[in-house]
Amino acid sequence: MEAFVAAMIVAATPLLFAALGELVAERSGVLNLGVEGMMLVGAVCAFIVAKSTGSTAAGALAGAGAGLAMAALFALVALGFSANQAAAGLALTIFGGGLSGLLGRDYVGVPLPKPGPLFPASWAEAIPYGKAIFGHDAMVYLALASAVGIWWFLARARGGLKLRAAGDNAESGHALGLPVLRIRFLAVLFGGAMAGLGGAYLSLAYTPMWGEGMTAGRGWIALALVVFAGWRVGWVAAGAVLFAAVTQLQFYAQGWGWRAPSQFWAAAPYLATILALALLAGRRTAGSAPAALGRIFRPSS
Amino acid sequence: MTADPSPPSFSSAVSARRPLFEARGIVKRYGSFTANDHVDLTILPGERHALLGENGAGKSTFVKMIYGALQPTEGEFFWEGEPLRLSGPAEARRLGIGMAFQHFSVFEGLSALENVALALPPEPLAALDRRVREVSGDYGLPVDPSKPVHALSVGERQRVELLRCLLQNPRLLILDEPTSVLTPQEAETLFRALEKLSAEGCAILYISHRLEEVRALCSRATILRRGKVTAEVDPRATTARALAEAMVGAEILDVKRPSGDQPRGEEILQVERLSLPADGPFGVALKEISFSLRGGEILGVAGVAGEGQNEFMDALTGERRAPEAGMIRIAGVPAGRLDPTGRRRLGAAFAPEERNGHGAVGDAPLSEALFLTRRHEAGAMGAGGWLSRFWAAGETRRIRERFDVRAAGDDPPARSLSGGNLQKFLMGREIVRAPKLLIAAQPGWGVDAGAAAAIQSALRALADQGAAVLVVSQDLDEIFALADRIAVISRGRLSEAYPAVGMTPERVGLLMGAGHSSPEAAA
Repeated sequence: MEAFVAAMIVAATPLLFAALGELVAERSGVLNLGVEGMMLVGAVCAFIVAKSTGSTAAGALAGAGAGLAMAALFALVALGFSANQAAAGLALTIFGGGLSGLLGRDYVGVPLPKPGPLFPASWAEAIPYGKAIFGHDAMVYLALASAVGIWWFLARARGGLKLRAAGDNAESGHALGLPVLRIRFLAVLFGGAMAGLGGAYLSLAYTPMWGEGMTAGRGWIALALVVFAGWRVGWVAAGAVLFAAVTQLQFYAQGWGWRAPSQFWAAAPYLATILALALLAGRRTAGSAPAALGRIFRPSS
Repeated sequence: MTADPSPPSFSSAVSARRPLFEARGIVKRYGSFTANDHVDLTILPGERHALLGENGAGKSTFVKMIYGALQPTEGEFFWEGEPLRLSGPAEARRLGIGMAFQHFSVFEGLSALENVALALPPEPLAALDRRVREVSGDYGLPVDPSKPVHALSVGERQRVELLRCLLQNPRLLILDEPTSVLTPQEAETLFRALEKLSAEGCAILYISHRLEEVRALCSRATILRRGKVTAEVDPRATTARALAEAMVGAEILDVKRPSGDQPRGEEILQVERLSLPADGPFGVALKEISFSLRGGEILGVAGVAGEGQNEFMDALTGERRAPEAGMIRIAGVPAGRLDPTGRRRLGAAFAPEERNGHGAVGDAPLSEALFLTRRHEAGAMGAGGWLSRFWAAGETRRIRERFDVRAAGDDPPARSLSGGNLQKFLMGREIVRAPKLLIAAQPGWGVDAGAAAAIQSALRALADQGAAVLVVSQDLDEIFALADRIAVISRGRLSEAYPAVGMTPERVGLLMGAGHSSPEAAA
């Protein structure tokens, strides 16, 4: 069971990165459907840099940078030129898929050492479930810390208030003197960096290798998580953990004597997550979408 | 002062009259269109100054420039005699210029407190919460700062916006149509707050189309027509009618009032014990609503926001179906289970409150808006079920001519029309088809005096032709100008409908608050 919990936390990490980043972008009023593409480019760049420098940290940074660059491209088109956000985001995903395949041509199947745990091994052995709590690499804790940080930022910080205002009513924000487009630009860049980190985690730690399309739809799941979680940080984290738990079930279920076709286990995480979150979303306490989400805003002069 | 031996010096008298704010020769052009044409205006400290004008006269453009949200093409502003160049609203606020917008610029997803915090320099929220409660107590503008704005009534939202301005210690406060959706009592509260504020030295620039209010509140009025200043008057020394005529530049026709006992037609709308559960956490349940409406009469349903009139409208239009067909009868036919189209086929027509997004699709051109409610008419569909563009273009032209809908281009998108012009078009859309029953919500909201009079005359003319008209409105002036009988909706219940002759705004206001007693008991 301890191994299961530990594996679940690891599997939740890339989703958490990507979904938190998208949550921030969407709370500012920008719908970026390019998460999958940003994750893929982040994954391949992280892998290449980690391979050539031998440093996981450098790889992770490169992944974040690559995601950010992709997001900048999206922001230029969707915010700078006021293009349709859904179309620009879809284009970004398709572009990211192709670009990552091209960049990673020579790296398919090349192995990379797994990063070691952040805390000393003695901590993990000191308490029950220690391995699930202390046994992970630094990026897992970074993801958790960013969840807390983003929650604090959105709920408590003035910057977060301005960001939510930009996502609620861009015209009113502009009339009050908020730099709406700049806020949205920064939020989108942050979302890109987080998606890049999510991708980097996949190729550096989750399965330390590069394979084309290795995100396997996690970018889309991250997008769905944000919606079904009602744009709330806590629910996004819970959804990511649930998804990860069901993903890991397929490796542990047989050992526990549960029998089902392997295709069922492959589909189960998607089904379970969407079902659970959709049920939650139907409740009255469900959060609502940022009112200005996906709407093009051009400041008048 | 009487003890002072020296007479009041000339210089102090002059400095007391030195303008706080001055606009000289302000011009704002959009391409070839001139929204403001050499506008001059001065505001004295502590003065309550009205800015009057029709829709599209350029009032909003002008005040947005004062607030720094727009830049003038030509001309200069002066603040206490110094030239003023505003880089944006943030700078205007630093100087002490506050503005409450017509369509409140509040953020619905945020709490009242957060809404206030956004406009102020950073400050711990707990301290701000105390200040908001203090100021809201001082000025008699009660609001719970912790509540999310989407859960507040229209009146409360406006208070949030006002508090946001007041906490900035403004020296000039600009209010754009502040009372258009308030009850008489709420408006009274607002006036007292404004009077207190101006007594403390804050100047107020007050934009309204309610001329009686301007006369009660303001000592000076600047009148704009088609971007130009046409008059600067003391509103107390002139009549509301003269003010309105100066705004419109033409004589305003009186709405023909019925004598009170003209012949009535047959019953066209009957509603019997209509109950409907609340729709969502912020909805209001309708409780046992019964009334009937005959041809030739106008029933006015008064009520403040959030008392159930949205639900009442939805139930009558068919956007929400009644539990039983017999609860609503149109021309004798049970219609409770019919959708809006089915009810239209029985001769009903509807004009909803929300013009863009409900009455019309903002980005779609006017001719297409016709198909939203009138696609079943002969001529609307050509051979093979194709929409007839020819019919739509002709009808659009006809409506625009008859109702004087002013807009650029032959077939502009609905969004590009000013509120009043879009409303004239949408009312026209329903009226020209000569329905047996017309149900309209807030027909005069945000509409200037000229357009409001035109809409009211058209509604009266429709009733005179034998149609039954139901008007749901928060604007009591409108209800009194139109209705033969008046009912009040309050907490989802509809009062009895009383003859308009003999009702007063005070009695209606009491019915709104007290609920469901008879006017005798309320009076």
